[in-house]
Amino acid sequence: MTAAHSGAQRQVERLLSLLPYLLAHPDSRLADVADLFGVTERQLVRDLNVLWFSGLPGLAMGDYIEVDMEAVEGEGVISVSNADYLARPLRLGTDEALALIVALRTLAAMPGSYDRGAIDRAIAKLERAAGSAAERAADVRVEVDGDAVADVAATVRRALDDKRRLRLSYWVPGRDETTERDVDPMRLALADGRLYLEGWCRRAEAERLFRLDRITAIEVLDVPATVPEQARARDLSAGIFQPSPDDELVTLEVTPSGRWVAEYYPCESVSEQSDGGLAIKLRVSDRRWLRRIALRLGGTGRVVDPPDLAAQVVADAREALAAYGEQPA
Amino acid sequence: MTQAKSERLMNLVICLLVSRGYVPKSRIRQVVGGYGDQRTDAFERMFERDKEELRELGIPIESGSFDPFGDEEPGYRIRRQAFELPEVSLEPDEAAVVGLAARVWQHASLAEATSRAVLKLQAAGVETDTGALAAIEPRVAVEEPAFWPLWEAVRDRRPVTFSYRKNPQGRAGNRRLQPWSVLSWHGRWYVVGHDLGRGEPRMFRLSRIVSDVRPDGEPGSYDVPPPEEVRRAAGALAPPRQTATARVRVRQGSGYGLRRRATGSRGGDDGWDELSVPYSDAGVLAEELAGYGADVVALEPDDVRKRLVERLRGAVGEGAVA
Repeated sequence: MTAAHSGAQRQVERLLSLLPYLLAHPDSRLADVADLFGVTERQLVRDLNVLWFSGLPGLAMGDYIEVDMEAVEGEGVISVSNADYLARPLRLGTDEALALIVALRTLAAMPGSYDRGAIDRAIAKLERAAGSAAERAADVRVEVDGDAVADVAATVRRALDDKRRLRLSYWVPGRDETTERDVDPMRLALADGRLYLEGWCRRAEAERLFRLDRITAIEVLDVPATVPEQARARDLSAGIFQPSPDDELVTLEVTPSGRWVAEYYPCESVSEQSDGGLAIKLRVSDRRWLRRIALRLGGTGRVVDPPDLAAQVVADAREALAAYGEQPA
Repeated sequence: MTQAKSERLMNLVICLLVSRGYVPKSRIRQVVGGYGDQRTDAFERMFERDKEELRELGIPIESGSFDPFGDEEPGYRIRRQAFELPEVSLEPDEAAVVGLAARVWQHASLAEATSRAVLKLQAAGVETDTGALAAIEPRVAVEEPAFWPLWEAVRDRRPVTFSYRKNPQGRAGNRRLQPWSVLSWHGRWYVVGHDLGRGEPRMFRLSRIVSDVRPDGEPGSYDVPPPEEVRRAAGALAPPRQTATARVRVRQGSGYGLRRRATGSRGGDDGWDELSVPYSDAGVLAEELAGYGADVVALEPDDVRKRLVERLRGAVGEGAVA
């Protein structure tokens, strides 16, 4: 890993963007600039002090960068001059070009996110501006399942733009059912490489996430969307699956072949077993979901606790086996 | 002290930017504030470190001289053209989408890199305002500690070595790789490259890398093949082609996951439908069908039926454990 930059390095990096910014935006407010650059006002004043002591080689009178420190301390407004040699920022570095261009390409792959034309044009301009720094941007890719859900995403986007309600048919695999919902759309989200509609479900009277590839039918209703004041967009940074501590705690034991459960679902605890298997504890809000997982695991896993759930799984399997004329002991 | 050092670094940058031609070290020592009052060897060390730190920021400090006979003391310069961000003029919709892109990364280093990039654009006069785009939430998470060292290796074309646990039941083995590309699929990160141990392209899942990723060779020591070849190596991510069809009885009102991909469906009046379901692997299909419990009965082919029965018996608690 590259060694972390020194304090002076980070400050200089910031100054090389700060100076051109201030030259291009005279009389900016200290508070606004501090906010933009992600530093405290105190740090920004320290930055301005560095500029104040910098200038042309020799540092004779008239060589120094001029910073109106009185205006900074007085009205909280920044005015700099005599620094035209740094009127433009440093070119984009490789990491910067990568981060921005890959992010833009991800947006391009996300139907309904934004006008595709604008994204493509922005990418082209940035690639040109970044020059060779952008060469490596093709080496990092975020695949988004965009094509399959493009039509659904476009419909969601229309509803968001026009602030209209949506009627959807939505398939929930864990419950093996498709239900109709009326949803007031809040936003389109990308999480774990998949697209979701987050909206206010009128039936549940709560915020819900709908994976676009599970929406089997969708139409925009001629009804204005009325997302209530109290609706909160979910913080998806922890992932889509967010079990609640109120959910039932289930203990599973799986063989090495059943380890995928721990890789696919958030688990409260996972401990290695001597045979290469795992003991898993996870939170379950709907037993039907867990029963399906247990059936899929078959002999590669079993429910240890609670015992009535374990018994239910056995009963489910027996019921299914009956169709094959199998009579388990 | 940071402030004094920053001043010195700024003055050095300005000196090398504005001067015509190469500035010899002796002159730098004289005119750049902060170097003046030191012993020669202390100055030398300080100057070398300063140059290195500035280069690490991406500042292109060149050394050389215009004197073809090499009599003149070599010097340093920064060419404005190599230093400055070229003109970028974004239409409002392009600028808005750049502002949106700034929200994508949920990884500290990538998010910082994006912020720095956007700040540079703003410093160049581009206004990126995302107010209008609150309805979009594009997030890409990168939780793998292996990501950044692998990205650096890809960037620098530098081979790496790491410990990899391919099979959950197996031991972790050492791998040596010339990384070509890092990619994300359904929230999981993978690295694709030339596996030096096996002499072939390979793809690795970052979450199965169980050690630090360490450099194992020189930067620039290999080439990355054309994009088609890189894509081929990542081919395992694409869903396998479904070449066979199973006949399955599905209770009406259930089995939606199967119905969506069924290529044929015949309704019955006994409360059941018969579906034709395409699949690529009998074991994978049997596992999927097991999840539907008594709502689904596999009719054909035989190996799907057999595997399904085996799985269900396993869930009852009898039969061999796979």
